[in-house]
Amino acid sequence: MTTKPRTLYQKIWDAHVVDQRDDGTCLVYIDRHLVHEVTSPQAFEGLRAAGRTVRRPDLTLAVPDHNLPTTARKDAQGHVLPIADLESATQLAALRTNAPEFGIRYIDATDREQGIVHVVGPEQGFSLPGATIVCGDSHTACHGGVGALAFGIGTTEVEHVLATQTLLLKQSRTMEVRVEGKLGAGVTPKDVILHVIGVIGTAGGTGHVIEYRGNVFREMSVEGRLTVCNMSIEGGARAGLVAPDETTFAYLQGRPYAPAGADWDKAVAWWKSLATDEGATFDKSVAIRAEDIQPTVTWGTSPEDVSAIGGLVPAPEDFADASKRDAVKVSLEYMGLAPGTRLTEVEVQNVFIGSCTNSRIEDIRAAAQVLKGRHKAAGVKWAIVVPGSGLVKAQAEAEGLDKVIIEAGLEWREPGCSACLAMNPDKVPPGERCASTSNRNFTGRQGPGSRTHLMSPAMAAAAAVTGRLTDVRELVG
Amino acid sequence: MEPIAHVAGRAIPFGRKNVDTDVIIPAHWLKTITREGLGKGAFEAVKKEPGNVFADPEYAGAPILIAGDNFGCGSSREHAAWALLDMGITCVIAPSFSDIFSGNAFKNGILTVALPQQAIDRLLEVAKTDPVDIDLETQTVTTRFQDRFAFEIDPFRKHCLLNGLDEVGLTMAQGETISAHEAKTRAELPFLARTPASVD
Repeated sequence: MTTKPRTLYQKIWDAHVVDQRDDGTCLVYIDRHLVHEVTSPQAFEGLRAAGRTVRRPDLTLAVPDHNLPTTARKDAQGHVLPIADLESATQLAALRTNAPEFGIRYIDATDREQGIVHVVGPEQGFSLPGATIVCGDSHTACHGGVGALAFGIGTTEVEHVLATQTLLLKQSRTMEVRVEGKLGAGVTPKDVILHVIGVIGTAGGTGHVIEYRGNVFREMSVEGRLTVCNMSIEGGARAGLVAPDETTFAYLQGRPYAPAGADWDKAVAWWKSLATDEGATFDKSVAIRAEDIQPTVTWGTSPEDVSAIGGLVPAPEDFADASKRDAVKVSLEYMGLAPGTRLTEVEVQNVFIGSCTNSRIEDIRAAAQVLKGRHKAAGVKWAIVVPGSGLVKAQAEAEGLDKVIIEAGLEWREPGCSACLAMNPDKVPPGERCASTSNRNFTGRQGPGSRTHLMSPAMAAAAAVTGRLTDVRELVG
Repeated sequence: MEPIAHVAGRAIPFGRKNVDTDVIIPAHWLKTITREGLGKGAFEAVKKEPGNVFADPEYAGAPILIAGDNFGCGSSREHAAWALLDMGITCVIAPSFSDIFSGNAFKNGILTVALPQQAIDRLLEVAKTDPVDIDLETQTVTTRFQDRFAFEIDPFRKHCLLNGLDEVGLTMAQGETISAHEAKTRAELPFLARTPASVD
């Protein structure tokens, strides 16, 4: 049989088509389903109302993250502390009862393995190359970092997957984002993806699945790839992937949910066959020179509003598109920024290091490296470091990073989504600025009136030390 | 799901571009465990702006929303669709929609109509004074000024919307086909077919 050269995405897609309709809509099998407390209650309610069960509870994993306070979860005697916000407590309690009721493994807030779903999945080896992975959260694209086809779904789709382990989908178009060259000092995976979004725009990937290609991604760690793929959705793409390779296999081997024994060898052989074939074509291609990427921050309220740290706050007139000019005007007003201001003169009052984008051990290490022997600036009122999971927290503590962070005057918290979105007690006060390693700088995202500047963990740590947006290369040579 | 064939009435001339789901329904409204009552939180920040269209009594109870490019970008929260529905909106017209949002809208019986910016500009003008009419059967948007804009829609989605079909039920009827796929995966890609939690 001869087959046309296919992309990584097409190979994964083909392996999962259960049925195809005449109009091209496909019934696609879902290998792994992650469930959290915010987007699942109505789905479980729907199943219950219709008398339906979960088809494959063994392929499903439930973990709370969005609502959880990141302060201590137990008192000194080991008693679980109540959650003050009643609505949050209700939503968390719903997951705690729904998951076991439907036979799904549930990781509790007080378990060591608890964390942000997108940190837990890869960390447990639950997320595998070539697998289709869904979760009721748009940052599910993250798992593309291990070479999985992973994307966010809405609650009705959560219900659909729970009941049938499938989804009705149309094949996406393919987009190649190629970054070749040598990244400069201080340029991290977060800077790469912020730069990419700046180039393609927040709708640049709409209708597409992105494959990140080129030596920069090949040489990147799995954690870095997870950071990049995580923000695919900020470029409009529902999913982003990096081809699985030896780096991926080494990362996954031995993790609790990863295949073992003969299954492992079989898996690696198949994973190796998934790479995009020579001669396969993409519907859209973008090429970026690694040397053009600088440590990057956002200045506006859209993730495409990026600039190299050495740059200036732009003026609405700098943009050709009339509606973008209007958006920039509104954005700068909201952000309280005057065009022409040097970004390095912008003062921050809050620092948040965490979120599914940047809360893994390499992120904590990068922040700690900058913080070591330094102290947060007087103008920084609130600065927290929130590990992505209990296992990341334990690893960081084993390396003594928690001490470095605490000695620098930052808080070391319990795992959760925290200040990435204003659903738990970690919020940025109105009118105040936050140097944040999260993924969205939308109006009100970190709390009503909050002003978010997205950046890498090292850059956020540098901002904590100086009290303003800072080029990390000035602190770490 | 309610069948939907025709939406007619006043349209809110919002027109804004890149309306993200945090704007449609801020995160603090997501703590609900039901689908109802989210209309109160819809466009919360916009409603605080002086002279905003949502405060204009002219558009009270309007079933249609007209917006700019890339409507519904951002998070996958289906609460955005529920919030619109709770406001009484059953059709959104924009030049383009985020993929996740348009899927969520469809699954809740909200019709998303994509039209070129020129048509949007015209409809934003008409909406200030007159109703807009959307017919799903003929796939057209019309006004009483002889405007007539044709729109594309996926045939399967059209069929489901017109008949109020529930996708979960439709797929469950294909249980045997799904089982056959599972058997094939178990044989060929066993490492995908099971986890340590599987009993087989």
